[in-house]
Amino acid sequence: MEHHLQTPLKIEDIENLNAGDIVYITGEILTARDEAHARILEIEEKGEELPFSLEGAVVYHCGPLMQQTAKGEEEEWKVVSAGPTTSDRMSKMTPPLLKAHNVRAVIGKGGMKSVASALKDRCVYLAYTGGCAALAAELIKEVKTVHWLDLGMPEAVWVLRVQEFGPLIVGIDTKGKDIFAEVREKAEKVLEGMQK
Amino acid sequence: MPFFIKIHFSNIMVIFLSSKLNRETFIRSIADLLRKAEIELPDDVLDALRNAEAREENPVAKSQLQAILKNTEIAKNHGVPMCQDTGIQIFFAELGSEFQPGFDLEAAIREAVVLATAEIPLRPNAVDPLTRKNSGDNTGVGIPDIHWKLVPGKQLKITVAPKGAGSENMSALRMLNPTEVGSIKNFVLETVVNAGGMPCPPLTLGVGIGGSFDKAARLAKEALLEPLDTRMSSFEKEILEAVNALGIGCMGLGGSTTALAVHVKTAHCHTASLPVAINIQCWANRHASVVFGGEE
Repeated sequence: MEHHLQTPLKIEDIENLNAGDIVYITGEILTARDEAHARILEIEEKGEELPFSLEGAVVYHCGPLMQQTAKGEEEEWKVVSAGPTTSDRMSKMTPPLLKAHNVRAVIGKGGMKSVASALKDRCVYLAYTGGCAALAAELIKEVKTVHWLDLGMPEAVWVLRVQEFGPLIVGIDTKGKDIFAEVREKAEKVLEGMQK
Repeated sequence: MPFFIKIHFSNIMVIFLSSKLNRETFIRSIADLLRKAEIELPDDVLDALRNAEAREENPVAKSQLQAILKNTEIAKNHGVPMCQDTGIQIFFAELGSEFQPGFDLEAAIREAVVLATAEIPLRPNAVDPLTRKNSGDNTGVGIPDIHWKLVPGKQLKITVAPKGAGSENMSALRMLNPTEVGSIKNFVLETVVNAGGMPCPPLTLGVGIGGSFDKAARLAKEALLEPLDTRMSSFEKEILEAVNALGIGCMGLGGSTTALAVHVKTAHCHTASLPVAINIQCWANRHASVVFGGEE
């Protein structure tokens, strides 16, 4: 099945997605990787406000390569290359993130270990082909703004306007089906067989 | 400005020099070399990816391989890095004993990295390991990483291999017992299963066996530079077949090609040890070489 979704996402938009389906997203997505996740949780703990909204948000595990085309008040950035990073580094920080905010989709690569239960009835994991950064950059139409640039270019939160961003494969759906876990379990069984 | 001619092969550029190597020419060439490595894959790697796509029967894996091939085309046509993780810059230099550079080659390579970072541009990836502060220009203590080898002859050959973190993080080293030669294959398989889709398969696996703790790792990294169309030994083929039987597939979503090639490099080691290192490389097996000095 192929789905074309528009952000912000509502729970109804993602409930009927099944692991293995193909998704394209149009609208706004935010990048966040290790440091940004840590800061979001830190702010949450202090009970402070985030400088951006995560309601119905799509979080992209990505540390993009950007080029500044204008400085100062009229600051402008251009995407050079923006593929996904390894999602599993965010596995521990994702359940508390989902508890605090209604993030409806997480985009990344390689899957996430032990998050399927935290995603259940709340959020989907969408796999974007790792390394396909030039292709991704073509589908990012605008850099709307950037937060937390003090974390460095890859770790900052970039707000991006995308059009038909994909193909994204539903890796973990809201029913708890996790393709990556299934493939991993199968590989472990094959390996066990070889070791006998 | 000395007279020089450039000749390009797939991923190797030869610069014939009529006189001594000029520092500016050298820096320009190394920055160009970096651009080439970041934007275009060597032909043997592209061929291996195309073959994997043609063979693949799993529709999800096929779609991923097609996205990879499309991505490499866009990167080449637009002149942009194929992956946003432009890596840390690792150089392998072979300096001919009769080659007289006449300037500090390491300092010039560092300058070329700073230049390439600004003009390609490359993502600034070099950070202090403890404070995590980013230097902003891909240089720092011990980085770029430059490995020197002294060889006979009049040439200077420099290879750059930008290495991303996704695949490097999944690499492994183990000091096996000398009687455990038979378990080397199992160590490779365990490492690949543990890595799953995280290092962006289809992979190239560099396996360094012997030497010492650090030498094994170096051998594994050097093995990644071997052309993918090099005839594999029966040991390498045996490992590759077992790796692909795991069914991890492109991006860990399942499929028949988890690795494109396995290359093993060995060195003699202490009778009481058996170091084995596995360096994992993502599908973007980026590297390019330049030779200064032309014919011997």
